[in-house]
Amino acid sequence: MEPVILLAPLLGAIVCGFGWRILGERTAIVFTTATVWLAMLLAWVVFYTLPEEVQHIRLFPWVESGTLISEWAIRLDRLTAIMLIVVTTVSALVHLYSFGYMDHDPEWKPGEVYKPRFFAYLSFFTFAMLALVTADNLLQMFFGWEGVGVASYLLIGFYYRKPSASAAAIKAFIVNRVGDFGFILGIAALYLMTDSILFDDIFAQVARLADTPMTFLGMTFRSSVELIGFLLFVGAMGKSAQLFLHTWLPDAMEGPTPVSALIHAATMVTAGVFLVSRMSPLYEYAPTAAAFVTVIGATTALFAATVGLVQNDIKRVIAYSTCSQLGYMFAAAGVGVYQAAMFHLFTHAFFKALLFLGAGSVIHAMHHEQDMRKYGGLRHKIPLTFWGMMIGTLAITGVGIPGTEIGFAGFLSKDAIIESTIAAHSGVGMYAFWVLVIVAALTSFYSWRLMFLTFFGEPRERGKYEHAHESPWVMTVPLGVLSLGAILAGMIWYGDFVGEAWREFFGPSIILSEHNEVLEAMHHLSFWAKVAPFVAMLIGFFVAWLFYIRDPSLPRRLAENQKLLYRFLYNKWYFDEIYDFVFVRGALRLGRFLWKKGDEAVIDGFINAVALRAVPAITRLYQRAQSGYLFHYAFAMVMGVVALVTWIMMRGGIE
Amino acid sequence: MMSADLFTTLPEILLVLMAMAALMWGAWGPGARIAPVLLRLLAWAMILVGLGLLALGGDGAQTAFSGMFVDDFYARVVKMLVLVAAGLVLLVGEAHLGKQNLLKFEFPILVVLAVTGMMLMISAGNLIGLYMGLELQSLSLYVIAAFNRNSVRSTEAGLKYFVLGALASGLLLYGASLVYGFTGTTDFAGITQALAEGARSLGLVVGLVLILIGLAFKISAVPFHMWTPDVYQGSPTPVTAFFATAPKFAAMALIARIAFDAFGGMKIDWAPVLGVLAVLSMFVGAFAAIGQKDIKRLMAYSSIAHMGFALLGLAAGTEVGVEAMLFYMAIYVAMNLGTFAFILSMEREGQHITEIAALSNFAALAPGRALALLILLFSMAGVPPFLGFFAKLEVLKAAWQAGLTGLVIAGVIASVIGAFYYLRIVYLMYFGPETEPMESRMSPTARVVLTLSAAAMLLGAVSTFGFEDLLAAAARSLVQ
Repeated sequence: MEPVILLAPLLGAIVCGFGWRILGERTAIVFTTATVWLAMLLAWVVFYTLPEEVQHIRLFPWVESGTLISEWAIRLDRLTAIMLIVVTTVSALVHLYSFGYMDHDPEWKPGEVYKPRFFAYLSFFTFAMLALVTADNLLQMFFGWEGVGVASYLLIGFYYRKPSASAAAIKAFIVNRVGDFGFILGIAALYLMTDSILFDDIFAQVARLADTPMTFLGMTFRSSVELIGFLLFVGAMGKSAQLFLHTWLPDAMEGPTPVSALIHAATMVTAGVFLVSRMSPLYEYAPTAAAFVTVIGATTALFAATVGLVQNDIKRVIAYSTCSQLGYMFAAAGVGVYQAAMFHLFTHAFFKALLFLGAGSVIHAMHHEQDMRKYGGLRHKIPLTFWGMMIGTLAITGVGIPGTEIGFAGFLSKDAIIESTIAAHSGVGMYAFWVLVIVAALTSFYSWRLMFLTFFGEPRERGKYEHAHESPWVMTVPLGVLSLGAILAGMIWYGDFVGEAWREFFGPSIILSEHNEVLEAMHHLSFWAKVAPFVAMLIGFFVAWLFYIRDPSLPRRLAENQKLLYRFLYNKWYFDEIYDFVFVRGALRLGRFLWKKGDEAVIDGFINAVALRAVPAITRLYQRAQSGYLFHYAFAMVMGVVALVTWIMMRGGIE
Repeated sequence: MMSADLFTTLPEILLVLMAMAALMWGAWGPGARIAPVLLRLLAWAMILVGLGLLALGGDGAQTAFSGMFVDDFYARVVKMLVLVAAGLVLLVGEAHLGKQNLLKFEFPILVVLAVTGMMLMISAGNLIGLYMGLELQSLSLYVIAAFNRNSVRSTEAGLKYFVLGALASGLLLYGASLVYGFTGTTDFAGITQALAEGARSLGLVVGLVLILIGLAFKISAVPFHMWTPDVYQGSPTPVTAFFATAPKFAAMALIARIAFDAFGGMKIDWAPVLGVLAVLSMFVGAFAAIGQKDIKRLMAYSSIAHMGFALLGLAAGTEVGVEAMLFYMAIYVAMNLGTFAFILSMEREGQHITEIAALSNFAALAPGRALALLILLFSMAGVPPFLGFFAKLEVLKAAWQAGLTGLVIAGVIASVIGAFYYLRIVYLMYFGPETEPMESRMSPTARVVLTLSAAAMLLGAVSTFGFEDLLAAAARSLVQ
């Protein structure tokens, strides 16, 4: 059953991508969608029938080179099962949604066939993501890691005629390379220290590694686990768009919206969180690396939320929101509550996919207009989409009844994270707590701003508004299913993920050290700590209402008043500009230097000098010696004799 | 005892008897008309003797005439290659000789005598035996170099070769006399024993160096190579083809023989000398060939460079090095046979031509032959996947394993420079400007040899069909 989950999407991708000419366009995309739906059904079966022990399902041997042994195997435990249902469910819904969204795409000329390619990429992505989450060893995981990177590249650049899409695809790929370099260094370090890349072997040796120093780049780390944890997290930062390696994610919105929902919200970008959770035994022994994870996570959450406040492109707002929510997850994982991180990953997949698909539905209705300033009042025109987005917004902002376990999915999972940070009783925990509470307010503001700008007020672009229409059923059904998830996922699984039952639920998939009692402490927090995020959410909502419903001229006045701050946020803290100056232009300068000075001047110059001057000169010189006169030849021989005999006599060593 | 000695030297005796009989027949028989028959007869006789030698000789080792003559597996393998090469050169050259009015009955007889001299060199177990073989070979070669008596160039070539050869022989003899003076013996086994008893002295070292110089002349190692381009160019082309193949192999084998069999205890003295000769040869061969306009002169420098590489294998002073040298020489001979089979066919208006420029745009004329030549040239330049690359690789590997890093780097650089002139011919053949067309009339034999040698360069990369094992066994029997 499990191999079918893994391989069915691959089969779908191959059949659809290469076979559509034979099968026909429609049959091909229906087939590949069916394979993903099959995978989804089986994944839910697996989720509910999961045995307590970790299962290793061997498929075939892959790499065997000395002690570097990697089998293609499925590691089935709770973490895998969670990821299986997240990936397959969102993927299945996105496949269905794409039937409507990708129909009559204005980017393509009439008669051009693009859908099989799109669906094949989607299915291939699903396969790669499943390979990542089912990995039994780091090499297999790296395969999936790179596979999703390729799929992401292909899908961001799907509209390859748009230069901006191609540029965004390349940017995503290159920025991820930085992270992947860290990841593979981490894998190599683990292999170096443990002589194995199998998870089980590594986890068994972590305690020993914690006392083993390791030298890297001339620096000696007292505990090799700290270094490895840091390197692996660099990989996670790249995939999960954390601060410093986040610049690709907003640009990735150049891809079609279903792609944004599947890859850049629900699944691929959460791979980093999954990696940290999978490596929980390791991070338990690496307090400094874990603290680093928390700091980066919390700071990313703040950064992305502030930028999200002022963006006008509906997809970019959600993209920054994703970035920010991923920060939440890392903050929790860093303080040792991997359960909360996974819980938020799980619920976030539903409501963020919902928001993206809702946004896609809006964009679809508005004829591919993405600027929110041109929306307004759309709730009358597209009510189903409006309600879907509303539920998504209620979920992400964390609406619920404080002190109880009743509320939207985001309420339960996000509050669990915020509570876990303060329950950690550490410096970084405290930092994360305050930052995340503030971010909760910001999240609420930008989410409601999006809602108000899009669905409330007066239509600001009459022409497009008049032609707006509700999307077909293939698009609204996924919205409905995800809405159910956004409402219920938190309440249903709260007890399992972060409640009393977590030990039975997760089993051996998450291993905590004996001293890690953060999750217990979380349930005994003071009242104000539990209410703080809720209050923050209300403040955010109120301000948004004030700005965009009560007095819509306020935002403009504030922006003019605080020009500097507005520009700073609007330009995303100038990250792109700084990176462009330092890295892109730096690389160009270096490349130009190596090209002009290194290659052309030094290498070509040297070769030309040798080949065009030195060699002919030597040849001419020699030809003069080859005079044809016998006595010259004899002279050369005699000189040779003299030189050789003298040399051999001067070498010494002979008495 | 005597009959055993005669039996051991039976192949040489057979060849000499045949040469004598042929001489009688030629002198008193029907004269010039029998020359083609005689040539084929003697050529096939050499090939058969060569193959028979290896097939029937077994793998044991015995000596004859009190150690004067050594018959071991090494000798048999090298002799076989020399004999087959010489026989093929005769067969390939026949048509050309006929056209140039050079097909006289003395020619094959002289070749057979030269080859007999080479066989004696390869089997030498004594400095006197060595000199005898060397001179038998050399005298025959001097004559055939000047075989075209009506050509000034040919007689000049013969004369130059003779004078410089005499100088080299003198140096060798002087070295031999020093060795005799300091060890009291001319016997290889005796020299080895004397060395084991601590006879190494300055006089002996000088004697060794002089002997090596005398032999270096024969393989045209720099700086004792000056005769080579002039002789190669001046001699009739079939003679050049012969010079480039069999004698080179024989002399190289003799250097290995004397280095390991007689002076095995003085490796620290001969290995550096060979190393210096190797580097000089590789570089001079590479640089000087660039300026050449005549393909025979070019082949002369090419063979100088190739000798440098083969010497590099010997300079390693190991069994692997000897094996690499044998492998290199065998492939070198095969490549030269093919290339000369082609050069012999170059004609314009019935006249034999040797300008490189004539090859311009040859590929359009005869694509098949151009392709074969391309393969051979690439192989000589050492371009993978052709066999010539592996030959170079083996040699460099052997030198590397012996710790001769500097020589290896020099070898690689020299091979890069040397690639230029081979590739220039390829360039001319395929992309050169159209010129006065050249004709290429090949006899069936020449065609077969060209095809086979090109095919071998290509297929050899896949498998050498046990050939390498044969050479390894030969090297083992020499180095023990």
